[in-house]
Amino acid sequence: MNTTIMLFLVQDGITNGAIYALLGLALVLVFAVTRVILIPQGEFVTYGALTYASLAAGQMPGTAKLALALGIGAFAFDLFVARKALHARLIARSLITNIVLPAIVLALTLYFAAQKPPVVVCIALSLVIVAMIGLYLYRIAFQPLAHTSVLVLLIASVGVHLALQGLGLLFFGAEGQRGPAVLSGAFTAGALRFTGQSITVYAITIAFIVGLWLFFGLTLYGKALRATAVNRLGARLAGIRTTLSGQIAFLLASVIGALSGILIVPITTLYYDSGFLIGLKGFVAAIIGGLVSYPLTAVAALVVGIVEAFSSFYASNYKEVIVFMLLIPVLLLRSLAAPAVEEEKD
Amino acid sequence: MQSRLPILIFAALMAAVPFVPGMPPFWIVLLDNIGLAALVAMGLVLLTGVGGLTSFGQAAFVGFGAYTTAVLSTAYGLSPWLTLPLSLLVSGSLAVLLGLITVRLSGHYLPLGTLAWGLGLFYLFSKLEFLGRNDGISAIPPLSIGAFKMLSPGSIYYAIWVAVILSALLTMNLLDSRTGRAIRALRRGHIAAEAFGVHTPRAKLLVFIHAAVLAGLSGWLYAHLQRAVNPTPFGAQAGIEYLFIAVVGGAGYVWGGVLGAAIVVVLKEVLQSYLPLILPGSGQVETIVFGIMLVALLQLAPGGLWPWLMSFFPERTDGRKPDTSLKLEHRARAPAETGVLLQVEKARKQFGGVVAVNNVSFEVQAREIVALIGPNGAGKSTTFNLITGVLSATSGSISVLGRKVDNAPPQEIVKLGISRTFQHVKLVPDMTVLENVAIGAHLRGHSGPVSSMLRLDRADEAKLLAEAARQIERVGLTEQMHQLAGSLSLGQQRIVEIARALCVDPMLLLLDEPAAGLRHMEKQRLAALLRELRDGGMSVLLVEHDMGFVMNLADRIVVLDFGTKIAEGTPATIKTNPEVIKAYLGVAA
Repeated sequence: MNTTIMLFLVQDGITNGAIYALLGLALVLVFAVTRVILIPQGEFVTYGALTYASLAAGQMPGTAKLALALGIGAFAFDLFVARKALHARLIARSLITNIVLPAIVLALTLYFAAQKPPVVVCIALSLVIVAMIGLYLYRIAFQPLAHTSVLVLLIASVGVHLALQGLGLLFFGAEGQRGPAVLSGAFTAGALRFTGQSITVYAITIAFIVGLWLFFGLTLYGKALRATAVNRLGARLAGIRTTLSGQIAFLLASVIGALSGILIVPITTLYYDSGFLIGLKGFVAAIIGGLVSYPLTAVAALVVGIVEAFSSFYASNYKEVIVFMLLIPVLLLRSLAAPAVEEEKD
Repeated sequence: MQSRLPILIFAALMAAVPFVPGMPPFWIVLLDNIGLAALVAMGLVLLTGVGGLTSFGQAAFVGFGAYTTAVLSTAYGLSPWLTLPLSLLVSGSLAVLLGLITVRLSGHYLPLGTLAWGLGLFYLFSKLEFLGRNDGISAIPPLSIGAFKMLSPGSIYYAIWVAVILSALLTMNLLDSRTGRAIRALRRGHIAAEAFGVHTPRAKLLVFIHAAVLAGLSGWLYAHLQRAVNPTPFGAQAGIEYLFIAVVGGAGYVWGGVLGAAIVVVLKEVLQSYLPLILPGSGQVETIVFGIMLVALLQLAPGGLWPWLMSFFPERTDGRKPDTSLKLEHRARAPAETGVLLQVEKARKQFGGVVAVNNVSFEVQAREIVALIGPNGAGKSTTFNLITGVLSATSGSISVLGRKVDNAPPQEIVKLGISRTFQHVKLVPDMTVLENVAIGAHLRGHSGPVSSMLRLDRADEAKLLAEAARQIERVGLTEQMHQLAGSLSLGQQRIVEIARALCVDPMLLLLDEPAAGLRHMEKQRLAALLRELRDGGMSVLLVEHDMGFVMNLADRIVVLDFGTKIAEGTPATIKTNPEVIKAYLGVAA
């Protein structure tokens, strides 16, 4: 084996693995707080990536309109739930977060899209748009189901995934897109070439892992989220608004998804339906991490990325088979070490 | 068991459908597809809705069934009828392999694990040379009987629906049996079921295989309907779709699977053919609408449509009382169940640094009621769990009839004639009292899953239910026999647990706070029952906080405090023991 090739593969694997780590973290976060297995995570990735690429190419992304439409839906849900006790403050607050905000963003997007905005503006707009979509989706699709079983939430998650994927085709067409590099330039160290893009990927992944760790360890909101994850009822009795926890989790997940998308779209061409598979590899990492541990998930994601890079080099036909079958030995180990705890379900 | 009449009517209706004059051939195609999906969904109902094991991988088993017959009937020219058992065998044996890994996964690893191998297998289908890679295999021969070839959707229609209705009957038979009760108890955790001898991993594997074989059957039919297979219908998307067919229909109900299949197949068809007329233009509008409708449906009816539909019909409860004159064989006994039944010697249990049970020793003699008392957190329930094998002791030993049983699993302990109730009631709330109690007699029945499906278990089953009914009568809950266990008051549920424990035909009964939640009269009745049991030769070890109840009932009392035994003796000596008074009331007393 050639050392240069090996180093290249490892580098490639780590770059992809970093993205899977971000997605794995988001999945663990959402699952822990809301019990939703977030299949649409992949759509957050493609929406972020393609919104960014469209904006950079001077096109108007349909996602900005979707955000407003979902916002209107969320507002309607808010009004309907509060119909017996409507008061002005509540309406005003819901109106601002659900309608005024996306309307302003839509206006900004319309304004900027016409004049090929700088990369920073594209990134900011894409992140905000996808973040709002994530937030409103939670309000519309998942909050009314918060009390149901994991299975029902999962199926709802599939429904959302299907709808978003269909909308993705509508907004971005069947053609794949690439976006401009977030950070251009490159340098070489020995045989390896580091692009500004890959450095950005590493930096942001590490920043997020540290950021999440600080958020959950030190802030009150972070602790509230953890409390919700451990025991919903207990958290509510302690005065934590579990709805708010769910919203924060979805907000974080959609931002992380969109960011991952923006980071990879300069490296790989993305299609409207690419997100599903990318998200699933984040899943693989999350499962290996046991859906609870952030550091383990990050390490597992790197392993997934490296295994994928090597298998696409040596057995490209069986790349996906190998990545998904990687789970079987892990699951076996987990099975053997399965704790004999009683699971109270439903 | 529900009456068979509605199923007969349904079968007759389905048989008549192709003869309706003017029936568009396309509707028959739809019905074929519904039948194929219903078979898979039915397996998922058993696996997911009843057994609590969520699987995304069922499409892969459909693929195993379809590819087996495709390869064997094209490359080797085998008759499709010959490949049927082989298709089922392949699906079933691969289910054993995957199941051995999968069913041991706890909680949420399980659905994700199935998703992972479902995806892996899909890619394998599309890459393997002998399965035709992405193009798949075509020119599969049709099913034929003599010279009659089932070439049209209308002719294979009967094969599909005979398979659906037979599978539904077999599945319902399975659920209404000794094995079925074990399966239905799975979703509520394994401790209670295992305490009565159910081997839960085996029961899980069984439903896994059942679901895989149904999926394989669907795949076999699919291959001969389409007469070509390719990997697409066996991917992760399909696996997810089968799951939501089951959920939409009502994941806990066999017919929910059929209803769900009908709804999803028809809905998709309607959306595909009519939506472009309303919203012309781009491709995937039906996917969007489909996704949205799915979420809306779940919000309106999270339990699925079948139970919602059934709520419009008057509830038919099977109110027949089992024939209690039937005698059930006794538990296989040791030659003499006399003398010291249970001996606990220096039993110790540590959880990390916490010593929950600290070198506790005591014994229970034959025909004796012993009470284990102590303040909250004294280690009483932990001691119970050590005795019954739920927890393994850190050190010390536990013997039954002089034989050491250290760290034996719960299933072995109950075979020795030790049965128990739980401090936190562990009944299956959506099963009737009778069915819950019958789980207690699990080890005294013999019928396996196959004989249950074929209804060869009826004699055995009648005896089990008779025993359950007798024990329910004994504890005075005959009125509630056919009610759902979840609808009873907490006190009554505790009594149901006692009846379930009595069904073991035990020599020693372990009761964890049996009197909690009972009214005064009920407590007196319970005390009378326990005395009667003792006089009949049974021993009782109970944990209880109600001192009046304990002092009037127990022959001997063992007092624990912070995991340590502080006193033992007759009620009279315990009442005056200064250590005990100190533990309960503090020093000042």
